[in-house]
Amino acid sequence: MSVLAYLIPISLILGTVGLAAFFYTVRSNQYDDPEGDSRRILNDEWDDKPKP
Amino acid sequence: MTAQLRPSLAACPACVAAPHGGAEQAPTEARLALSLPGIHCQACISTVERELNAHPGIHSARVNLTLKRALIEADPDVRAADLIPVLEQAGFEAHELDLAALAATQNDKAGRDLLMRLAVAFFASMNVMLLSISVWSGASDATRDMFHWISAAITFPAIIFSAQPFFANAWTALRVGRLNMDVPIVLALVLALVTSLWETFLSGEHAYFDAALTLTFFLLAGRYLDYRTRAVARSAAEELAALEVPRAIRLLDGDEYEVPVADLAIGDLILVRPGGRMPVDGEIVSGQSELDRSLLTGETLPVFAEPGLAVSAGEVNLTGPLTIRATAVGEDTSLHRMTDLVAIAESGRSRYTSLADSAAKLYAPGVHILSALAFAGWYFYTFDIRTALNIAAAVLIITCPCALGLAVPAVTTAASGRLFKKGMLIKHATALERLAEVDTVVFDKTGTLTAGTPEVINLGDHARADLEIALALAEGSSHPLSAALSRAAREAGIKPASVQAITEVPGYGAEGIFRGARVRLGRAAWVGAAQGSQTAAWLDSGAGEAKPFLYTDALRPGAAEAVAALKAAGTNVLLISGDTTGAVEDLAGRLGISKWVAEALPADKSARVQLLADQGKKVLMVGDGLNDTAALAAAHVSISPASALDAARVASDIVLLGQDLEPIAEACGVAQKATRRIRENFRIATLYNVIAVPLAIAGLATPLIAALAMSTSSITVSLNALRLR
Repeated sequence: MSVLAYLIPISLILGTVGLAAFFYTVRSNQYDDPEGDSRRILNDEWDDKPKP
Repeated sequence: MTAQLRPSLAACPACVAAPHGGAEQAPTEARLALSLPGIHCQACISTVERELNAHPGIHSARVNLTLKRALIEADPDVRAADLIPVLEQAGFEAHELDLAALAATQNDKAGRDLLMRLAVAFFASMNVMLLSISVWSGASDATRDMFHWISAAITFPAIIFSAQPFFANAWTALRVGRLNMDVPIVLALVLALVTSLWETFLSGEHAYFDAALTLTFFLLAGRYLDYRTRAVARSAAEELAALEVPRAIRLLDGDEYEVPVADLAIGDLILVRPGGRMPVDGEIVSGQSELDRSLLTGETLPVFAEPGLAVSAGEVNLTGPLTIRATAVGEDTSLHRMTDLVAIAESGRSRYTSLADSAAKLYAPGVHILSALAFAGWYFYTFDIRTALNIAAAVLIITCPCALGLAVPAVTTAASGRLFKKGMLIKHATALERLAEVDTVVFDKTGTLTAGTPEVINLGDHARADLEIALALAEGSSHPLSAALSRAAREAGIKPASVQAITEVPGYGAEGIFRGARVRLGRAAWVGAAQGSQTAAWLDSGAGEAKPFLYTDALRPGAAEAVAALKAAGTNVLLISGDTTGAVEDLAGRLGISKWVAEALPADKSARVQLLADQGKKVLMVGDGLNDTAALAAAHVSISPASALDAARVASDIVLLGQDLEPIAEACGVAQKATRRIRENFRIATLYNVIAVPLAIAGLATPLIAALAMSTSSITVSLNALRLR
C-alpha cells in the first residue's frame, strides 16, 4: 500500500497543474474569441518568424 | 472581452483618467470599436487588421470574430468616421459602436467568476470521487480513514470557495425571512460537511464529501448555463444600442462641431442632416424638409417641416438639412418622458413567478420538514444523536435540488440557442415561460407588420410618357417616396425622359424643365392638387391635371406567414396602430386580421393591452415605436424588431434580429415545448426522490446510492433538455 504515498500526491499535483493552467487561460482572456482564434492558425503572416 | 483588454484598461477614456486623479489630462490614446457584420473567415481577419494597422495614427487593431467587432487603439484625433470608408473600400461593411454602451459586456467579471468556481468544484469533486470509489470498493480501517481525511482536506477549501454564490443567496433570502432554493442547498452542504467530518473523526464508515462537491458542481453548472444564455442575449442587445452613437452637430458661429448628445444644452443650434434623427426636442429655425414621425406616433404620412415647427427627439429628417434650436434636452425630452410610462407599466410584470420559483416554494419547506422528521424519528427510536444526524444529512443530500437546479437552465439554454439561430434574442430570464402562456397577440402596424418602406400601387394607371417624366424627376431626389417610385418604374422597364435642370426643393419635391414646360413631382399642395388620405406623390407633367402616385407601406417579410401561423395555432390576433383608419383597415384586410384599432394614442395602446390582461388574457405585444413602449411593458410578454427605437427594445423581452417576422409563430411553439420539458424535468427529479428518499429515511442510504441518484437524475434532465435542440 506504500505506493499510495506516491500516487495520491502525484494525482493531486497533476490535477492542480491542470486547474492552474485553466485559471491562467481564463485570466488572460483566451476564451473571448474562440471562433477567431481557431481561424487565426490559418494565417500565414508570421510563418517565417514569430510576431515581434 | 478581447485579448487586448487588459484589466488596467477601462472601457472609456474617462474611466482611465479617473483612478489617476489629479488634473484632467488630455487622453493620449483613443479607443474605438467597429461592428463588422460581414466578416466570417481568416482572410477577413487579416485584411481588416492589415488595413486598419496601415492607417496613420492607429496603434493597434484587433478583430474579434466571435463578436464580429474590431477594437482599435489609436491617437486621440482618429475618428471612426475616417476608418469606415477605408474598410468599405476593402469590401467590408462597418459601423461605429458606442464603447460606453458596450462597457458592461467588456469586462465579464461575473461570468469569469462563476467559471473559476465551476472549475475548482470540478477539480475537487473528481479527486474526491477517486478516493471515494476506493472506499466504496473495499478500502477499510486505516486506509479508509486516511482517504476520508484527504477528502476532507480537499473538500473544505473547495466548498468554501466554489459555493459562495449559494451562501450569499441563501443569506439574503434568510435575512428578509424568506426561503429560496439556496437555503436547502446550503443547509445540505453544511450538514453534510459537519456530519462527514464528525464521522471521519470517529473512524466512521460513511462520509458524504464527494456528494457535497458533486452537488456544488452540478448546481454551479446550472447557474453558469443560465448566466451564459443571458450574457449572450445581453451582449447582442447592447451591440444594437451601441450602433446608435449619440452624436449631434452643434452650430457655433457658423462652424459645425460634432459633440455627444449628452453635452447639448437648451438654446443650442443643432444641424440635422437628411436621414438624421432629432437628438433633442426643439424648434426649427431654418430649412425646409419633411419629417418621418412613424416611430413616435405610428403615422406613415411624412409631415411638412418649416421654421417655427416644434420637433421631438426621435423624429427622422427626410429631405433637406434643418437647423433646430434645442428646447428640451436629456431627461426632459419627450423620448425620456415616455420611458417613465414604461417604468410604471413594468412594475406589473415583476409579479410573475417563474416555474423554478414556484417549485422552490413547494420544495424548500418540504425537504426541511422531511429531514427534521427523520431526525426526530430516529432520535426518539435510538436516542443516538449521531445516527439521527447522519440520517437527517442523508435525507437532505439525496433530496437536494441538484436536478432541479439544472432542470430550468438546461432547457432555457437549449431553447434560447435554437431561437437565437432563427434570429431571436431572448433578453429576459422568464420570457420563454411567459411566451408559452400567450393566447392573444397584439401587433403594431408601422415598422412592425410593415417594413416602413413605401411601395407604389398604381403604376399601371399612368401613361408611359408620364411615367418617363416621373422617373427622371424621382431619380433627382433622395426622398423615400421618390426612391420607391424609381425602383418600381425601373422594374417595369421605363426609361427616364430627358428632363433638364432637375432640382430638389426640400420639403416639397423635385422639379425640372421638359420640352419647355415646367414639370414637378411632389406634395399635393405644391402641384395644385387636393391632399388625399393616402400617402401620395403628385406629378404635374406640364399638361393637364396633376396625377397621383399612390403608395402603400410594404409588408415586412414573413408578416403574412406569422399572422397566418398564429391564427392557425388558435391565437387571437389584434392590430392596434396610431395610423389613420384607411391605412389600418387596408392592412388588416390584407393580412386577414378581423380586430383592429386605428388612431390609437400611446396611452390608448397600453390601456387596451391592460384591459385584455384584466380579462385574463395573456398578451404578446409586438411593436417597434416609441408609442408602443408603454404597451410593450404592460403586456405579459413583448417582442420588438431590431429596427425599433432603443427605448422599445429595452422595454421588450425578446428582440427580433432579422427582417423576417416569421420566427414569432415558431417562437411560441418552441416556448410551449420548453415549458413542457421543464415540467417533465421536474417530474423526473421528483421520481428519483420518490425512489431514494424512503431509502434515506429508512437509514439504508449510503454515499454510493446518493452519488448514483444525484448523477443519474442530473444527466437525465440535461439529456431531456437537449431534445429541444
